[in-house]
Amino acid sequence: MKQHEEEVKLLKGNEAIAHAAIRYGVDGYFGYPITPQSEVLETLEALMPWETTGMVVLQAESEVAAINMVYGGASSGKAVMTSSSSPGVSLKQEGISYIAAGELPALIVNVMRGGPGLGTIQPSQADYFQAVKGGGHGDYHLIVLAPASVQEMADFVGLGFDLSFKYRTPAMILADGVIGQMMEKVVLPPAKPRRTDAEIEAQCPWAARGKHGRKQRNVSTTLELDPQAMEKNNIRLQETYRKIEQNEVRFEEYMTDDAEYLLVAFGCMSRICRKTIEDARAQGIKVGLLRPITLWPFPSEAISRLAERMKGILVCELNAGQMVEDVRLAVEGKTPVRHFGRTGGIVPNPTEVLDALRKEVIK
Amino acid sequence: MKNEIIIAGFGGQGVLSMGKILAYAGLLDGKEVSWMPAYGPEQRGGTANVTVILSDEMISSPVLDTYDVAVILNQQSLDKFESRVKPGGLLIYDPYGIHRKPQRTDIKVAAVEATEAAIESGNPKTYNMLLLGALLKLVPMVPIETVVKGLEKTLPPRHHKLIPLNREAILRGEQLVENL
Repeated sequence: MKQHEEEVKLLKGNEAIAHAAIRYGVDGYFGYPITPQSEVLETLEALMPWETTGMVVLQAESEVAAINMVYGGASSGKAVMTSSSSPGVSLKQEGISYIAAGELPALIVNVMRGGPGLGTIQPSQADYFQAVKGGGHGDYHLIVLAPASVQEMADFVGLGFDLSFKYRTPAMILADGVIGQMMEKVVLPPAKPRRTDAEIEAQCPWAARGKHGRKQRNVSTTLELDPQAMEKNNIRLQETYRKIEQNEVRFEEYMTDDAEYLLVAFGCMSRICRKTIEDARAQGIKVGLLRPITLWPFPSEAISRLAERMKGILVCELNAGQMVEDVRLAVEGKTPVRHFGRTGGIVPNPTEVLDALRKEVIK
Repeated sequence: MKNEIIIAGFGGQGVLSMGKILAYAGLLDGKEVSWMPAYGPEQRGGTANVTVILSDEMISSPVLDTYDVAVILNQQSLDKFESRVKPGGLLIYDPYGIHRKPQRTDIKVAAVEATEAAIESGNPKTYNMLLLGALLKLVPMVPIETVVKGLEKTLPPRHHKLIPLNREAILRGEQLVENL
Protein backbone atom coordinates (compact mmCIF):
# COMPACT_ATOMS: atom_id res chain seq x y z
CA MET A 1 0.00 0.00 0.00
CA LYS A 2 1.27 3.45 -0.89
CA GLN A 3 1.89 5.90 1.90
CA HIS A 4 0.40 9.37 1.72
CA GLU A 5 1.47 10.64 5.10
CA GLU A 6 0.86 14.30 4.37
CA GLU A 7 -2.24 13.89 2.27
CA VAL A 8 -5.19 15.70 3.78
CA LYS A 9 -8.47 13.92 3.13
CA LEU A 10 -12.08 14.90 3.66
CA LEU A 11 -13.74 11.98 5.42
CA LYS A 12 -16.64 11.08 7.66
CA GLY A 13 -15.63 9.97 11.14
CA ASN A 14 -16.82 6.45 10.39
CA GLU A 15 -14.81 6.34 7.16
CA ALA A 16 -11.73 7.57 9.03
CA ILE A 17 -12.00 4.61 11.41
CA ALA A 18 -12.00 2.18 8.49
CA HIS A 19 -8.99 3.81 6.79
CA ALA A 20 -7.09 4.00 10.09
CA ALA A 21 -7.77 0.34 10.86
CA ILE A 22 -6.24 -0.81 7.59
CA ARG A 23 -3.24 1.50 8.05
CA TYR A 24 -2.66 0.32 11.62
CA GLY A 25 -2.32 -3.23 10.34
CA VAL A 26 -5.48 -4.58 11.96
CA ASP A 27 -5.87 -8.33 11.34
CA GLY A 28 -9.62 -8.56 11.46
CA TYR A 29 -12.80 -6.52 11.58
CA PHE A 30 -16.09 -8.22 12.44
CA GLY A 31 -19.25 -6.17 12.32
CA TYR A 32 -22.92 -5.89 11.63
CA PRO A 33 -24.56 -2.82 10.07
CA ILE A 34 -26.43 -0.30 12.17
CA THR A 35 -26.97 3.44 11.69
CA PRO A 36 -25.13 5.72 12.43
CA GLN A 37 -21.94 3.67 12.07
CA SER A 38 -22.58 1.52 8.98
CA GLU A 39 -19.96 3.42 6.97
CA VAL A 40 -17.23 1.67 8.97
CA LEU A 41 -18.15 -1.70 7.48
CA GLU A 42 -19.14 -0.19 4.11
CA THR A 43 -15.82 1.63 3.75
CA LEU A 44 -13.84 -1.48 4.68
CA GLU A 45 -15.78 -3.50 2.12
CA ALA A 46 -15.13 -0.82 -0.51
CA LEU A 47 -11.41 -0.61 0.26
CA MET A 48 -11.02 -4.42 0.13
CA PRO A 49 -7.98 -4.62 2.44
CA TRP A 50 -7.94 -8.43 2.16
CA GLU A 51 -6.33 -7.86 -1.23
CA THR A 52 -3.64 -5.52 0.11
CA THR A 53 -2.79 -6.08 3.79
CA GLY A 54 -4.61 -9.41 4.14
CA MET A 55 -6.96 -7.95 6.76
CA VAL A 56 -10.13 -9.97 7.24
CA VAL A 57 -13.38 -7.98 6.95
CA LEU A 58 -16.45 -9.95 7.81
CA GLN A 59 -20.11 -9.06 8.14
CA ALA A 60 -21.25 -11.45 10.82
CA GLU A 61 -24.80 -12.76 11.21
CA SER A 62 -25.32 -10.63 14.31
CA GLU A 63 -23.59 -8.33 16.78
CA VAL A 64 -23.26 -11.24 19.20
CA ALA A 65 -21.48 -13.32 16.58
CA ALA A 66 -19.21 -10.40 15.70
CA ILE A 67 -18.01 -9.79 19.26
CA ASN A 68 -17.35 -13.51 19.76
CA MET A 69 -15.30 -13.55 16.56
CA VAL A 70 -13.35 -10.69 18.11
CA TYR A 71 -12.97 -12.77 21.31
CA GLY A 72 -11.57 -15.64 19.30
CA GLY A 73 -9.24 -13.51 17.24
CA ALA A 74 -8.01 -11.64 20.32
CA SER A 75 -7.27 -14.94 22.09
CA SER A 76 -4.84 -15.77 19.31
CA GLY A 77 -2.99 -12.45 19.66
CA LYS A 78 -4.46 -10.87 16.53
CA ALA A 79 -5.36 -7.18 16.39
CA VAL A 80 -9.13 -7.43 16.00
CA MET A 81 -12.01 -5.03 16.27
CA THR A 82 -15.73 -4.52 15.92
CA SER A 83 -17.97 -1.50 15.65
CA SER A 84 -21.64 -0.89 16.24
CA SER A 85 -24.09 1.61 17.66
CA SER A 86 -25.91 1.60 20.99
CA PRO A 87 -28.45 -1.28 20.67
CA GLY A 88 -25.78 -3.37 18.94
CA VAL A 89 -23.23 -2.60 21.64
CA SER A 90 -25.72 -3.73 24.29
CA LEU A 91 -25.83 -7.09 22.50
CA LYS A 92 -22.04 -7.29 22.65
CA GLN A 93 -21.76 -6.80 26.42
CA GLU A 94 -21.43 -10.47 27.34
CA GLY A 95 -18.57 -10.88 24.90
CA ILE A 96 -16.90 -7.69 26.11
CA SER A 97 -16.98 -8.95 29.70
CA TYR A 98 -15.36 -12.22 28.55
CA ILE A 99 -12.65 -10.37 26.60
CA ALA A 100 -11.91 -8.21 29.67
CA ALA A 101 -11.85 -11.29 31.93
CA GLY A 102 -9.61 -13.11 29.49
CA GLU A 103 -7.14 -10.19 29.64
CA LEU A 104 -7.26 -9.83 25.89
CA PRO A 105 -6.64 -6.83 23.65
CA ALA A 106 -9.42 -5.73 21.32
CA LEU A 107 -10.99 -2.54 20.03
CA ILE A 108 -14.73 -1.90 20.18
CA VAL A 109 -16.23 1.18 18.54
CA ASN A 110 -19.59 2.54 19.66
CA VAL A 111 -21.04 5.36 17.57
CA MET A 112 -23.85 6.19 19.96
CA ARG A 113 -27.46 6.83 18.96
CA GLY A 114 -30.46 7.83 21.02
CA GLY A 115 -32.01 5.23 23.30
CA PRO A 116 -33.08 3.44 25.38
CA GLY A 117 -34.37 0.49 23.40
CA LEU A 118 -34.14 0.60 19.64
CA GLY A 119 -34.49 4.37 20.08
CA THR A 120 -33.51 6.67 17.26
CA ILE A 121 -30.66 6.85 14.78
CA GLN A 122 -29.79 10.41 15.80
CA PRO A 123 -26.74 11.26 17.96
CA SER A 124 -26.54 10.55 21.68
CA GLN A 125 -24.06 10.10 24.53
CA ALA A 126 -26.35 8.02 26.69
CA ASP A 127 -24.06 4.97 26.75
CA TYR A 128 -21.55 6.71 29.03
CA PHE A 129 -22.52 4.62 32.05
CA GLN A 130 -22.45 1.43 29.99
CA ALA A 131 -18.98 2.20 28.63
CA VAL A 132 -17.23 3.45 31.77
CA LYS A 133 -19.00 1.57 34.57
CA GLY A 134 -18.97 -1.90 33.13
CA GLY A 135 -21.87 -2.64 30.84
CA GLY A 136 -21.31 -6.33 31.05
CA HIS A 137 -21.15 -8.35 34.27
CA GLY A 138 -18.29 -8.45 36.73
CA ASP A 139 -15.62 -6.06 37.98
CA TYR A 140 -13.92 -4.84 34.85
CA HIS A 141 -13.11 -1.65 33.01
CA LEU A 142 -12.57 -0.72 29.40
CA ILE A 143 -10.14 1.97 28.36
CA VAL A 144 -12.66 4.42 26.92
CA LEU A 145 -11.54 7.01 24.37
CA ALA A 146 -13.92 9.81 23.36
CA PRO A 147 -13.02 11.38 20.00
CA ALA A 148 -14.19 14.94 19.30
CA SER A 149 -13.10 15.19 15.67
CA VAL A 150 -12.68 13.10 12.56
CA GLN A 151 -8.92 13.33 13.10
CA GLU A 152 -9.32 11.75 16.52
CA MET A 153 -11.54 9.01 15.06
CA ALA A 154 -8.54 8.09 12.91
CA ASP A 155 -5.92 8.59 15.62
CA PHE A 156 -7.76 6.69 18.36
CA VAL A 157 -7.82 3.46 16.37
CA GLY A 158 -4.04 3.24 16.77
CA LEU A 159 -4.08 4.63 20.31
CA GLY A 160 -6.84 2.22 21.31
CA PHE A 161 -4.97 -0.81 20.00
CA ASP A 162 -1.64 0.35 21.47
CA LEU A 163 -3.16 0.78 24.94
CA SER A 164 -5.16 -2.40 24.60
CA PHE A 165 -2.07 -4.49 23.80
CA LYS A 166 0.03 -2.67 26.42
CA TYR A 167 -2.38 -3.50 29.26
CA ARG A 168 -4.06 -6.58 27.77
CA THR A 169 -7.50 -5.13 28.25
CA PRO A 170 -10.13 -4.16 25.67
CA ALA A 171 -10.42 -0.52 24.61
CA MET A 172 -13.50 1.28 23.37
CA ILE A 173 -13.86 4.29 21.11
CA LEU A 174 -17.01 5.95 22.41
CA ALA A 175 -18.12 8.25 19.62
CA ASP A 176 -21.50 9.71 18.75
CA GLY A 177 -23.61 10.15 15.63
CA VAL A 178 -22.25 13.65 15.02
CA ILE A 179 -18.60 12.61 15.00
CA GLY A 180 -19.41 9.47 13.00
CA GLN A 181 -21.42 11.25 10.31
CA MET A 182 -19.65 14.59 9.91
CA MET A 183 -16.86 15.18 7.41
CA GLU A 184 -13.71 17.07 8.31
CA LYS A 185 -10.12 17.29 7.22
CA VAL A 186 -8.06 14.36 8.37
CA VAL A 187 -4.46 13.32 7.94
CA LEU A 188 -4.42 9.55 8.04
CA PRO A 189 -1.74 7.81 10.09
CA PRO A 190 1.13 6.24 8.14
CA ALA A 191 0.43 2.71 6.92
CA LYS A 192 2.31 -0.11 8.56
CA PRO A 193 2.23 -3.80 7.70
CA ARG A 194 0.32 -6.33 9.78
CA ARG A 195 2.47 -8.15 12.33
CA THR A 196 4.05 -11.40 11.22
CA ASP A 197 3.37 -14.64 13.12
CA ALA A 198 6.81 -14.36 14.73
CA GLU A 199 6.06 -10.80 15.84
CA ILE A 200 2.73 -11.88 17.31
CA GLU A 201 4.45 -14.75 19.11
CA ALA A 202 7.04 -12.32 20.57
CA GLN A 203 4.49 -9.67 21.54
CA CYS A 204 1.83 -12.06 22.84
CA PRO A 205 3.48 -15.08 24.51
CA TRP A 206 0.07 -15.73 26.11
CA ALA A 207 -1.72 -16.12 22.78
CA ALA A 208 -3.60 -19.37 22.20
CA ARG A 209 -2.08 -20.28 18.84
CA GLY A 210 -0.35 -23.64 19.31
CA LYS A 211 2.66 -24.78 21.33
CA HIS A 212 5.46 -22.91 19.52
CA GLY A 213 8.14 -24.60 21.59
CA ARG A 214 6.13 -24.55 24.82
CA LYS A 215 5.38 -27.76 26.65
CA GLN A 216 1.72 -26.87 26.94
CA ARG A 217 -0.64 -25.08 24.66
CA ASN A 218 -1.82 -21.66 25.85
CA VAL A 219 -5.49 -21.76 26.79
CA SER A 220 -7.72 -18.70 26.96
CA THR A 221 -10.52 -19.14 29.46
CA THR A 222 -12.55 -16.97 31.80
CA LEU A 223 -13.91 -19.88 33.88
CA GLU A 224 -12.37 -20.37 37.32
CA LEU A 225 -14.49 -22.31 39.78
CA ASP A 226 -12.04 -22.02 42.68
CA PRO A 227 -12.95 -18.80 44.51
CA GLN A 228 -9.38 -18.32 45.81
CA ALA A 229 -8.01 -18.47 42.29
CA MET A 230 -10.85 -16.35 40.92
CA GLU A 231 -10.16 -13.66 43.49
CA LYS A 232 -6.51 -13.68 42.40
CA ASN A 233 -7.68 -13.10 38.84
CA ASN A 234 -9.74 -10.16 40.04
CA ILE A 235 -6.85 -8.71 42.04
CA ARG A 236 -4.63 -8.96 38.97
CA LEU A 237 -7.24 -7.16 36.86
CA GLN A 238 -7.59 -4.44 39.48
CA GLU A 239 -3.82 -3.95 39.57
CA THR A 240 -3.88 -3.42 35.83
CA TYR A 241 -6.69 -0.89 36.19
CA ARG A 242 -4.75 1.06 38.85
CA LYS A 243 -1.75 1.24 36.46
CA ILE A 244 -4.00 2.51 33.68
CA GLU A 245 -5.45 5.13 36.03
CA GLN A 246 -1.93 6.27 36.92
CA ASN A 247 -0.53 6.40 33.40
CA GLU A 248 -3.22 6.92 30.83
CA VAL A 249 -5.52 9.78 31.85
CA ARG A 250 -5.94 12.10 28.88
CA PHE A 251 -7.83 15.38 28.70
CA GLU A 252 -7.76 18.76 27.04
CA GLU A 253 -8.28 22.20 28.57
CA TYR A 254 -9.55 25.16 26.55
CA MET A 255 -9.44 28.74 27.86
CA THR A 256 -9.34 27.65 31.49
CA ASP A 257 -6.47 29.94 32.55
CA ASP A 258 -8.64 32.90 33.50
CA ALA A 259 -11.98 31.09 33.60
CA GLU A 260 -14.51 31.70 36.37
CA TYR A 261 -16.88 29.05 35.05
CA LEU A 262 -16.10 25.65 33.62
CA LEU A 263 -17.88 23.53 31.04
CA VAL A 264 -17.11 19.81 31.08
CA ALA A 265 -18.06 17.94 27.93
CA PHE A 266 -16.78 15.10 25.72
CA GLY A 267 -17.17 14.15 22.06
CA CYS A 268 -19.44 16.31 19.91
CA MET A 269 -20.72 18.21 22.95
CA SER A 270 -17.21 19.52 23.58
CA ARG A 271 -17.20 21.00 20.08
CA ILE A 272 -20.54 22.71 20.68
CA CYS A 273 -19.24 23.99 24.03
CA ARG A 274 -16.19 25.54 22.33
CA LYS A 275 -18.55 27.63 20.22
CA THR A 276 -20.50 28.51 23.36
CA ILE A 277 -17.24 29.70 24.91
CA GLU A 278 -16.46 31.87 21.86
CA ASP A 279 -19.93 33.43 22.14
CA ALA A 280 -19.80 33.78 25.94
CA ARG A 281 -16.38 35.41 25.94
CA ALA A 282 -17.57 37.89 23.31
CA GLN A 283 -20.13 38.88 25.96
CA GLY A 284 -17.51 39.09 28.72
CA ILE A 285 -18.31 35.79 30.44
CA LYS A 286 -15.07 34.06 31.43
CA VAL A 287 -15.75 30.41 30.75
CA GLY A 288 -13.44 27.54 29.85
CA LEU A 289 -13.74 23.88 28.91
CA LEU A 290 -12.33 20.65 30.22
CA ARG A 291 -12.75 17.83 27.72
CA PRO A 292 -12.05 14.33 28.97
CA ILE A 293 -10.37 12.37 26.17
CA THR A 294 -10.27 9.21 28.25
CA LEU A 295 -13.65 8.73 29.92
CA TRP A 296 -12.08 5.83 31.77
CA PRO A 297 -9.65 6.48 33.30
CA PHE A 298 -11.45 9.72 34.17
CA PRO A 299 -9.52 13.00 34.60
CA SER A 300 -10.71 13.41 38.19
CA GLU A 301 -7.56 15.15 39.45
CA ALA A 302 -7.62 17.77 36.69
CA ILE A 303 -11.28 18.51 37.41
CA SER A 304 -10.65 18.65 41.15
CA ARG A 305 -7.78 21.09 40.61
CA LEU A 306 -9.86 23.34 38.33
CA ALA A 307 -12.85 23.20 40.69
CA GLU A 308 -10.79 25.04 43.36
CA ARG A 309 -11.03 28.29 41.42
CA MET A 310 -14.34 27.99 39.57
CA LYS A 311 -17.55 29.74 40.61
CA GLY A 312 -19.49 26.89 39.07
CA ILE A 313 -19.34 23.98 36.65
CA LEU A 314 -21.81 22.96 33.94
CA VAL A 315 -21.52 19.40 32.62
CA CYS A 316 -22.99 19.19 29.11
CA GLU A 317 -23.96 15.80 27.68
CA LEU A 318 -26.33 14.22 25.18
CA ASN A 319 -27.98 12.32 28.03
CA ALA A 320 -30.02 12.89 31.16
CA GLY A 321 -26.98 13.20 33.44
CA GLN A 322 -24.30 10.50 33.45
CA MET A 323 -20.75 11.94 33.35
CA VAL A 324 -21.99 14.63 35.76
CA GLU A 325 -21.85 11.97 38.51
CA ASP A 326 -18.12 11.44 37.95
CA VAL A 327 -17.55 15.20 37.84
CA ARG A 328 -19.38 15.60 41.17
CA LEU A 329 -17.26 12.80 42.70
CA ALA A 330 -14.13 14.63 41.50
CA VAL A 331 -15.27 18.07 42.66
CA GLU A 332 -16.28 16.86 46.14
CA GLY A 333 -18.58 19.80 46.72
CA LYS A 334 -15.90 22.45 46.20
CA THR A 335 -18.12 24.33 43.78
CA PRO A 336 -21.66 23.83 42.43
CA VAL A 337 -21.92 21.28 39.61
CA ARG A 338 -24.98 21.44 37.36
CA HIS A 339 -26.00 19.40 34.33
CA PHE A 340 -27.31 20.36 30.91
CA GLY A 341 -28.40 17.62 28.57
CA ARG A 342 -30.66 16.82 25.65
CA THR A 343 -31.81 13.28 25.00
CA GLY A 344 -33.45 11.10 22.39
CA GLY A 345 -31.24 12.21 19.50
CA ILE A 346 -31.62 15.97 19.96
CA VAL A 347 -28.33 17.86 19.58
CA PRO A 348 -28.43 21.24 21.30
CA ASN A 349 -26.92 24.30 19.67
CA PRO A 350 -24.27 26.55 21.26
CA THR A 351 -26.86 29.15 22.31
CA GLU A 352 -28.85 26.59 24.30
CA VAL A 353 -25.68 25.72 26.20
CA LEU A 354 -25.00 29.40 26.92
CA ASP A 355 -28.60 29.88 28.11
CA ALA A 356 -28.19 26.87 30.41
CA LEU A 357 -24.90 28.25 31.76
CA ARG A 358 -26.63 31.53 32.59
CA LYS A 359 -29.67 29.90 34.12
CA GLU A 360 -28.05 27.05 36.03
CA VAL A 361 -24.61 28.31 37.00
CA ILE A 362 -24.12 32.08 36.67
CA LYS A 363 -27.66 33.02 37.87
CA MET B 1 -12.83 34.60 7.08
CA LYS B 2 -15.54 32.22 8.14
CA ASN B 3 -18.66 31.13 6.25
CA GLU B 4 -21.34 29.23 8.11
CA ILE B 5 -23.77 27.81 5.57
CA ILE B 6 -26.92 25.71 5.66
CA ILE B 7 -28.14 24.01 2.48
CA ALA B 8 -31.64 22.58 2.81
CA GLY B 9 -34.21 21.01 0.54
CA PHE B 10 -35.74 17.67 -0.39
CA GLY B 11 -33.79 14.44 -0.38
CA GLY B 12 -32.66 13.81 -3.96
CA GLN B 13 -32.06 17.45 -4.89
CA GLY B 14 -28.35 17.05 -4.36
CA VAL B 15 -28.21 18.99 -1.10
CA LEU B 16 -25.63 16.77 0.57
CA SER B 17 -23.44 16.40 -2.52
CA MET B 18 -23.51 20.15 -3.15
CA GLY B 19 -22.29 20.64 0.41
CA LYS B 20 -19.64 17.99 -0.05
CA ILE B 21 -18.29 19.56 -3.24
CA LEU B 22 -18.20 22.96 -1.53
CA ALA B 23 -16.39 21.48 1.48
CA TYR B 24 -13.92 19.71 -0.78
CA ALA B 25 -13.18 22.95 -2.64
CA GLY B 26 -12.56 24.61 0.73
CA LEU B 27 -10.15 21.85 1.65
CA LEU B 28 -8.25 22.25 -1.63
CA ASP B 29 -8.13 25.99 -0.96
CA GLY B 30 -6.37 25.33 2.36
CA LYS B 31 -9.33 26.19 4.58
CA GLU B 32 -10.67 24.42 7.62
CA VAL B 33 -13.94 22.72 6.68
CA SER B 34 -16.75 20.80 8.29
CA TRP B 35 -19.76 19.07 6.72
CA MET B 36 -22.52 17.94 9.04
CA PRO B 37 -25.59 16.31 7.52
CA ALA B 38 -28.96 15.89 9.14
CA TYR B 39 -28.73 12.17 8.44
CA GLY B 40 -31.25 9.40 8.48
CA PRO B 41 -34.95 9.28 7.68
CA GLU B 42 -34.82 12.83 6.31
CA GLN B 43 -33.26 11.41 3.19
CA ARG B 44 -36.19 9.23 2.27
CA GLY B 45 -38.51 11.61 0.47
CA GLY B 46 -38.46 14.13 3.30
CA THR B 47 -36.26 17.13 3.87
CA ALA B 48 -32.47 16.95 3.78
CA ASN B 49 -30.02 19.51 5.04
CA VAL B 50 -26.33 19.93 5.60
CA THR B 51 -24.29 22.47 7.55
CA VAL B 52 -21.05 23.43 5.81
CA ILE B 53 -18.43 25.64 7.46
CA LEU B 54 -15.42 27.07 5.63
CA SER B 55 -13.01 28.94 7.85
CA ASP B 56 -9.46 30.24 8.03
CA GLU B 57 -9.34 29.18 11.66
CA MET B 58 -10.11 25.98 13.57
CA ILE B 59 -13.82 25.18 13.53
CA SER B 60 -15.41 24.75 16.93
CA SER B 61 -18.95 23.47 16.59
CA PRO B 62 -20.10 21.65 13.45
CA VAL B 63 -23.66 22.16 14.75
CA LEU B 64 -25.02 25.71 14.54
CA ASP B 65 -28.20 27.62 15.30
CA THR B 66 -27.59 30.63 13.05
CA TYR B 67 -26.00 30.89 9.63
CA ASP B 68 -24.27 33.48 7.41
CA VAL B 69 -25.84 31.93 4.33
CA ALA B 70 -28.88 29.71 3.79
CA VAL B 71 -29.47 27.96 0.45
CA ILE B 72 -33.12 26.95 0.53
CA LEU B 73 -34.73 24.60 -1.97
CA ASN B 74 -38.23 23.97 -0.63
CA GLN B 75 -41.00 25.55 1.45
CA GLN B 76 -40.43 23.42 4.56
CA SER B 77 -36.79 24.43 4.68
CA LEU B 78 -37.64 28.08 4.11
CA ASP B 79 -40.10 27.96 7.00
CA LYS B 80 -37.49 26.31 9.21
CA PHE B 81 -34.36 28.29 8.37
CA GLU B 82 -35.41 31.82 7.33
CA SER B 83 -35.40 33.03 10.93
CA ARG B 84 -31.99 31.48 11.52
CA VAL B 85 -30.05 33.58 8.99
CA LYS B 86 -27.85 36.07 10.86
CA PRO B 87 -28.89 39.73 10.45
CA GLY B 88 -27.04 41.03 7.39
CA GLY B 89 -26.70 37.45 6.10
CA LEU B 90 -27.81 35.99 2.81
CA LEU B 91 -30.77 33.78 1.92
CA ILE B 92 -30.69 32.15 -1.51
CA TYR B 93 -33.85 30.32 -2.49
CA ASP B 94 -35.37 28.64 -5.50
CA PRO B 95 -38.88 30.10 -5.97
CA TYR B 96 -40.11 26.88 -7.65
CA GLY B 97 -42.84 25.47 -5.41
CA ILE B 98 -42.56 28.31 -2.90
CA HIS B 99 -45.96 29.73 -1.94
CA ARG B 100 -44.84 31.86 1.01
CA LYS B 101 -41.86 34.00 0.05
CA PRO B 102 -39.17 35.10 2.50
CA GLN B 103 -40.36 37.95 4.74
CA ARG B 104 -37.14 39.20 6.36
CA THR B 105 -35.89 42.66 5.45
CA ASP B 106 -32.71 42.64 7.56
CA ILE B 107 -31.00 40.07 5.31
CA LYS B 108 -30.16 39.90 1.63
CA VAL B 109 -32.56 37.65 -0.28
CA ALA B 110 -31.74 36.19 -3.70
CA ALA B 111 -34.34 34.26 -5.68
CA VAL B 112 -32.51 31.90 -8.05
CA GLU B 113 -34.68 30.14 -10.60
CA ALA B 114 -32.52 27.06 -10.66
CA THR B 115 -35.25 24.47 -11.28
CA GLU B 116 -36.34 26.32 -14.38
CA ALA B 117 -32.76 26.78 -15.58
CA ALA B 118 -31.94 23.12 -14.94
CA ILE B 119 -34.93 21.94 -16.99
CA GLU B 120 -34.11 24.44 -19.76
CA SER B 121 -30.52 23.19 -19.93
CA GLY B 122 -31.71 19.65 -20.62
CA ASN B 123 -29.62 18.35 -17.70
CA PRO B 124 -31.87 18.57 -14.67
CA LYS B 125 -29.34 16.63 -12.61
CA THR B 126 -26.99 19.62 -12.67
CA TYR B 127 -29.54 21.49 -10.53
CA ASN B 128 -27.33 21.63 -7.46
CA MET B 129 -24.34 22.86 -9.48
CA LEU B 130 -26.44 25.77 -10.80
CA LEU B 131 -27.15 26.72 -7.21
CA LEU B 132 -23.52 26.28 -6.23
CA GLY B 133 -22.55 28.67 -9.04
CA ALA B 134 -25.09 31.21 -7.81
CA LEU B 135 -23.85 30.84 -4.24
CA LEU B 136 -20.20 31.30 -5.21
CA LYS B 137 -21.03 34.35 -7.34
CA LEU B 138 -22.78 36.01 -4.38
CA VAL B 139 -20.26 34.77 -1.78
CA PRO B 140 -16.95 34.14 -3.56
CA MET B 141 -15.47 31.99 -0.79
CA VAL B 142 -13.60 29.62 -3.13
CA PRO B 143 -12.61 30.02 -6.80
CA ILE B 144 -14.77 28.16 -9.34
CA GLU B 145 -11.72 26.38 -10.74
CA THR B 146 -11.01 24.95 -7.29
CA VAL B 147 -14.55 23.58 -7.23
CA VAL B 148 -13.91 21.91 -10.59
CA LYS B 149 -10.69 20.41 -9.19
CA GLY B 150 -12.77 19.21 -6.25
CA LEU B 151 -15.12 17.45 -8.67
CA GLU B 152 -12.15 15.67 -10.22
CA LYS B 153 -11.13 14.45 -6.77
CA THR B 154 -14.57 13.46 -5.50
CA LEU B 155 -16.08 11.88 -8.61
CA PRO B 156 -15.00 8.37 -9.56
CA PRO B 157 -13.00 8.39 -12.86
CA ARG B 158 -15.91 6.82 -14.78
CA HIS B 159 -17.87 10.02 -14.16
CA HIS B 160 -15.08 12.44 -15.09
CA LYS B 161 -16.65 12.91 -18.53
CA LEU B 162 -19.46 14.75 -16.74
CA ILE B 163 -17.16 17.39 -15.25
CA PRO B 164 -17.40 19.83 -18.20
CA LEU B 165 -21.20 19.63 -17.92
CA ASN B 166 -21.04 20.45 -14.22
CA ARG B 167 -18.58 23.26 -14.86
CA GLU B 168 -20.99 24.75 -17.39
CA ALA B 169 -23.82 24.48 -14.86
CA ILE B 170 -21.75 26.32 -12.24
CA LEU B 171 -21.00 29.11 -14.75
CA ARG B 172 -24.68 29.24 -15.77
CA GLY B 173 -25.56 29.52 -12.07
CA GLU B 174 -23.27 32.51 -11.78
CA GLN B 175 -25.13 34.18 -14.66
CA LEU B 176 -28.49 33.59 -12.95
CA VAL B 177 -27.57 36.03 -10.20
CA GLU B 178 -25.56 38.48 -12.26
CA ASN B 179 -28.29 41.10 -12.23
CA LEU B 180 -29.20 40.79 -8.55
